[in-house]
Amino acid sequence: MQPAIEIQHLRKSFGSMQALKGVSLQVPQGDFFALLGPNGAGKTTLINALAGLSRPDSGVLRLMGHDVLKDYRAARRSVGVVPQELVFDPFFTVRETLRIQSGYFGLRHNDDWIDDILFNLQLADKAEANMRTLSGGMKRRVLIAQALVHRPPVIVLDEPTAGVDVELRQSLWKFIQRLNQKEGHTILLTTHYLDEAEALCRRVAILKQGQIVAMDELHHLLQSYHSDSLEEVFVAILHQDESVRGP
Amino acid sequence: MQGFRTLLFKEILRFWKVWFQTILAPLISTLLYLLVFAQVMAGRPTLYPGVTYGAFLIPGLVMMSMLQNAFANTSSSLVQSKVTGNLVFILLTPLSTWEFYWAYVLAAVVRGVLVGSVVWLTAWFFFELPLAHGLWLAIFTLLATIMAGSLGILAGIWAEKFDQMAVWQNFVILPLTFLSGAFYSIHALPPFWAQMTRFNPFFYAIDGFRYGLLGVGDVSPWTSLFVVGTTGLALSWLTLAVLRSGWRLRT
Repeated sequence: MQPAIEIQHLRKSFGSMQALKGVSLQVPQGDFFALLGPNGAGKTTLINALAGLSRPDSGVLRLMGHDVLKDYRAARRSVGVVPQELVFDPFFTVRETLRIQSGYFGLRHNDDWIDDILFNLQLADKAEANMRTLSGGMKRRVLIAQALVHRPPVIVLDEPTAGVDVELRQSLWKFIQRLNQKEGHTILLTTHYLDEAEALCRRVAILKQGQIVAMDELHHLLQSYHSDSLEEVFVAILHQDESVRGP
Repeated sequence: MQGFRTLLFKEILRFWKVWFQTILAPLISTLLYLLVFAQVMAGRPTLYPGVTYGAFLIPGLVMMSMLQNAFANTSSSLVQSKVTGNLVFILLTPLSTWEFYWAYVLAAVVRGVLVGSVVWLTAWFFFELPLAHGLWLAIFTLLATIMAGSLGILAGIWAEKFDQMAVWQNFVILPLTFLSGAFYSIHALPPFWAQMTRFNPFFYAIDGFRYGLLGVGDVSPWTSLFVVGTTGLALSWLTLAVLRSGWRLRT
């Protein structure tokens, strides 16, 4: 079975700053994968390249086997991206926003799925509210809903719980876990909440200064560092000498 | 096609939701021009026998408002989406460059035609307006709004802040629309300015449109068709090339 996400030797520079220095990774279908790293490690640059928002200097990126540059239509249909920035279109209501987003992906009668998403993200009572009137946490939920409207097999969440209260965080993860476990969606997550990554993810990659410095199944990583805390492992990896690299 | 239709619908809905600002405001300002100029110039002879100054002015003002609003629609939509960051919702989708371009441009055509129509209908109450060549009128309406809409996309991609857009409005669009023969015949200008006006594509859009409505113009409608057509084609080609390159849209 082809991997859900395949990245080979990805390089990206902004002027003289090398944001990604030859990153390679594969995420199998159905996986729940965490991409971790400190601020400025290159996580968002990698996600942007995967989503087609940024053009790599070199390297190959495939989503469900589709090249993100050469076969961009199929690649973009395969992925739903929740961006890190809290962005919204102030002209529309929540439902209009989701119907428009569905239409971009060629879906006309998508209200049953839209209602399902709204219910699961506790947005049902805000469906007719204008985006401007929503709180920050609610806008974040709409961002997640927008990424899911076309039922993409791969879901990329770039720090989805930043600024979100505990109750919503729990319901959000329950919904994402349902999508992963019951419906087989592949999840790529970046987060600074390492306890979330530890509780949810099967595999973990750690990015530091544009390079992957560790990548393994979560329990293998914990075992190899004789620890029961991902946070301890994360700190240890970031502080160890660069010559001691994972696969 | 569904993706294209949705983006077109969204762009029309965007300006329709703020019709007070996008339809009514340009109608009021254009009617003020008409009121002031037609009043001040009433009774003065025009260069065309049997054509009053008011009748001469109206096609110029209608086309000027269509050009300005077609430009404003694409440019303000894009710059707003860039500044607020919500352009990402379009960039993440499978829409092609062609779909993106035509959805934005056709929404600009729709707004231009709507504003132009309400200006014309309102003026029709006060002035006797003939309709000499309906086909020319339609051709110049379409080509001119496509031309201005394309220019708006280019400006919207180039501008990264709202004040950069004001540079376009004040230093490009306003001079091009005012120095275009909207208010006067270029035969009434000193030779230097008459010559300068001949380099302005907006002049040909207005003159061709005036020919369509009144049956008279400063130059042949075929010359105007050639200039507006080639300028529109060149701007469309340039806009599509810029969109394809991802310049200032995809890092």
